[in-house]
This record gives sequence, structure tokens and C-alpha cells, in this order.
Amino acid sequence: MTSTFLPDKRSGPDVGLPSPAADTGRGRARRRALHWLTAVGFQVPALVLFGALVLLPMLFALYASFFRWGGFGMPEDYVGGDNFTRLFEDPVFLGDLWRCLVLVLLSLALQLPFALALAVALNQRIRGRAVYRMLFFAPYILSEAITGVLFGMIFAPDDGLADHALGAIGLDGVGGQWFADPSTVMATLFLVMTWKYFGFHMMLYLAGLQSIPAELTEAALIDGAGPWQRFRHVTLPLLAPTLRISVFLSVIGSIQLFDLVWVTTAGGPDHHSETMAVTLFQHGFKRYQVGYASAISVAMFAISLVFALAYQRFVLRRDLEGATTTLRGGGS
Amino acid sequence: MSARKTGGPVSVRKTGRTLPLHVVLVAVGAVMAVPLLYAVLSGFKSTDELSRNPIGLPDSWLTSNYTDILGSGSFWRLLGSSTLIAIGTTVVVVAVSALAAFSFARFAFRGREALFTLFTMGLMFPFAVAALPLFLLLRSMDLLDNPLGVILPQAAFGLPMTIVVLRGFFREIPAELEEAATLDGCGPLGFFWRILLPMARPALGTVSVLAVVGSWNNFFLPLLVFTDSTWWTIPIGVQQFQGQYSAEYARVFAYLVLAMVPALAFYSVAERQLVGGLTAGATKG
Repeated sequence: MTSTFLPDKRSGPDVGLPSPAADTGRGRARRRALHWLTAVGFQVPALVLFGALVLLPMLFALYASFFRWGGFGMPEDYVGGDNFTRLFEDPVFLGDLWRCLVLVLLSLALQLPFALALAVALNQRIRGRAVYRMLFFAPYILSEAITGVLFGMIFAPDDGLADHALGAIGLDGVGGQWFADPSTVMATLFLVMTWKYFGFHMMLYLAGLQSIPAELTEAALIDGAGPWQRFRHVTLPLLAPTLRISVFLSVIGSIQLFDLVWVTTAGGPDHHSETMAVTLFQHGFKRYQVGYASAISVAMFAISLVFALAYQRFVLRRDLEGATTTLRGGGS
Repeated sequence: MSARKTGGPVSVRKTGRTLPLHVVLVAVGAVMAVPLLYAVLSGFKSTDELSRNPIGLPDSWLTSNYTDILGSGSFWRLLGSSTLIAIGTTVVVVAVSALAAFSFARFAFRGREALFTLFTMGLMFPFAVAALPLFLLLRSMDLLDNPLGVILPQAAFGLPMTIVVLRGFFREIPAELEEAATLDGCGPLGFFWRILLPMARPALGTVSVLAVVGSWNNFFLPLLVFTDSTWWTIPIGVQQFQGQYSAEYARVFAYLVLAMVPALAFYSVAERQLVGGLTAGATKG
């Protein structure tokens, strides 16, 4: 604890309290109250903004999820848990959950290992690594909407770059309908997500790798460890905190996925690429079933919460120290 | 096994061993770059030529796709709205977060940990959860089709990340400085304004860069809030333009390229803050 604005005299000098004579019982109580008010006073703007535009809407979504409501006036038609019963019988929503799981698993199995491999490759002194790093990360800063429109055209059936390129190397017919075919839409979406997001995870890993002291890998080298052994037994364990955080962000990202899907397919064809956020948008803003859409919000919230708490409880707990160290290292 | 002294974390000694690595990197680099280059080249073709000659260089470099867009007011209008909203969001979120982070970092007070937990929980909740009621709230406050309707919620959702990063930075400023300032008659506000903020300039730069990029790329919120085109931002404009000119591929490509330029230019200028900020923010997530 480095703070000096403490109400407690033992921990540091007091501030804004001119006279030691005020140090009577009543004076101390008043001083404490004043101190508390000063501290909390600085929080007021943030509390107002966060309360009014984040917390209040979330609570209201919870309330509205118990009503059949079109979004005009106040909700009046109380239906109890009907929206939730309907939610868990809705094949589209159940499909959303399934597709979310598919994206999470694909990311963990393919995208993140790919990002890790490239991070390890670019952590060596290799010609052009600054250029590669910049290029691989660049898509991350493009808007999802722009990325979506671009790849919608690249994967345009028969006429887009993807099909032409496959044709040019003699693989006609390997491509096809991409976003337009229910059986390939998720794979295409995952390809685009990987193009856009792997560079971010790669950058996280690179930051993690750079914080691993060179002496450790050198010591392993002297002990006769080969490249794989050095990676497996030195690099990977030391990178674990970064990996866990990257997994967390990847999962949260899959739960929230909206922009990219909305721009490329709007959830189609026939709901085959729909996500929870897209279903919510369809019901809330296109069909004016605001009560039902609120139930989807609540479900998304609950899923995020349960995941975040469980992950923090079981996976991240050990890493708090590591995480703050990394923050200091990469902060400025 | 020779253990030569090495300069980097891992160094590759034999060029023979780096060849496969280079092949892989060039291949990945090509996959990353080709979509962007393809868009640039396609913008220089006519839509007719694009269907005849999708992959090669343009027969004749047609600039009218680009110049038409730049010559029309609508593109500049989008750019103006996006800029205004990004700056507004950044000013609000950084100012409000700095005050809160100061209080979290330098004061001990009852309820501090609970309050901080409340804000950090905001890091993991999807914006979509609050979208519907937020929309209704903004409608009742008459903030639809008003830039504040995007600026304020973006700032509110940006608070957790900004507070977490700034709090970490503020904590590292030595307590001795604060004591010295106090002895010189500085109150908490004076210390914050005259000493802490100037010292925290790099951190403020980092969080500002993140706020600008987040606002610049936001799609969901402007999609909800802006029902007419007055305040459309670039992501909305891109989607609308594609809808409007869906048959004119070459024009859409030119539009996409122009829409990417500001973000890529910003990235090349602020790469360090961006990457540093994102990795720092993420590791605290």
C-alpha cells in the first residue's frame, strides 16, 4: 500500500488537515468523513456514467425479461419465466449456444496454437520480423464492419478472389458457396476471424515471451535440451499466465460475436451462422419482441458471468501476481 | 553441443535452419496482405474489368472510383462524424477514469475494493447485454441521432479498462512525491492536477489511443443510435455503401480502401501505444 491519503495516522501523513488541535474524538470522526467524501467524490463522475449507462440498462434487461413487451411504454404484460422457457426450446438459440461452443473449440484448437507458433517464430532474431509483426497485427485494428464487407466480397460465390485464386492453382470446385452454404458458413467465418484476431493473440504471446529471462533458455541449452524440450519445459510453463488470459479473451470474444456476422451473413443462411447477439438484435430491433430479446440478454449475461467467475476461480487464481508483473512490463 | 553466447532470447545460427521458417512466414504474410492488396488493385479497375480480370494488375489504372468517393461530400462527412465521436469519447472516458483511478490508487477508503470489483466486472460483460435497454433509455432522453448518444455509452463501457490501466500506473508514482507535494501545501486535487497527470502522460496516451480505436471501429452502437444518415460513422457508411452499390464491386473496393486508410495510418503512427496498451489492458482483464 503506497497511499498516503490515509485516514489512519500510522500509515502516513495526513493531508488537508491543517491543525493537529482538531485531533479530538469528534474532530477525528469529522476528518474521517471528510476523507471518505474526498475519496468518493473523485469516483462520482465514473459512478454516474457507469451506473446510468451500464448497470441500470443491465438491471432493466433483467426486469423486462419477465414481460411480453414490444418496447413502447412500460412493460405491463407479466409472463413470469415464459420467455426463458421459450428461450431454451428455441432451436435458434440452442443453435447459437452450439455455434458459440464450436467457435470456442476451433479457436482453442487452431487459432491460438497458430498464434503461439508464429509468436515463437518471431521471437527469434530473424530478418524482417518487425515487418511481419506489424503485418500480422494490422487486421486487428481494422473495423469488423470493414473486414466483414471485404471478406464478403472475397468469398463471393464463383466471382470472388477466393474462388478465382483456387481456380488459378487448379483447384476449381474446391471452394464454392462459402458464406452462402450452410455447411461451409461457419468454417468461412472462422477463417475470417482467424485472419482478424490471431495477430492480437500473437502480440500477447510475444509480450509474454519477451519477459522470459534469456538465462533460463540458455541454461536449458547448456544442459543439452533440444528446441522442443526447451519450448515444452521452459517456455510454455513460463508463458502459462499469458496463455490463460488469451484463452479467456478468446472465449469472451466468441460469446459476444456480433459485428462480423451481422455484416457478412446477418446470421444466415437460415440461421446457420447466427450468434446470441445476432438473435438478440433480430428479436429486439427487428421484430419488437423486447421482452424475449431481454431474456436473451440475461442468458448472455449469465453465461459470461458463470464463465468469468469459474475461470477466475479455477484458472486465473494462481496468476494474479504474474498478471500485474506483465502489466508493469508492458504498460509504457 | 556448443553453447555459444547469444544476443537474443533465442538465436538461430544456421541459415539452413531458418529457410523453412522464412517460407512459412512469407506464406502467412501473403495470406494477410493479399486481401488488402486485392482491394487496392480492384479499386483501380472498372467493375467490368474486375469480372474479366479478377487477379492481375489493372489494364489501365482507373482512378475515378477513388476520386468520385473523395469528391463527394458524404465520405468526408462520415470521416468528420467518426472523428468527432472518437475525440468526444476519448475526452470523456479518460477524464472520468483518471479521477476514479486516482481515488482508487492513492486513497484508502471504506468500500474501495467493492467499488473496484464492480468496475472490473464491467470488463467481461458484453455490450450486447445492455444494448436494448440502453437504446430505450437513449430514446427516452432524446439522444437518438445525437452524437452524445454514442459518445456517452461508449465512454461508460470504456471505463473499466481505462480505470484498471490508469490505476496501475498511478500506483507506481512514489509516495514520497505525494508527501513532498503535501508539505508544499498541495491538496489532493492539486497533487492530482499538477503532479500526477503530467507524470502520467505516457499512460494517458496509451488509454487515449485505445479509446480512439475502440470508438473508431464501433459498429453496434452507432447502428442502433443513428436512425438517419446525419451522424453515420465510417463502419456504418461502409455497410450502407455496399448495400447501395452491391453490383458495383470495384467502387465498393475503392470505398473499403479509403475507409481503411485512417485506421492504418493511425496504427503506423501510434503502434507502440496501441500494442503496449492492448497487451497491458488484456493482461489485467
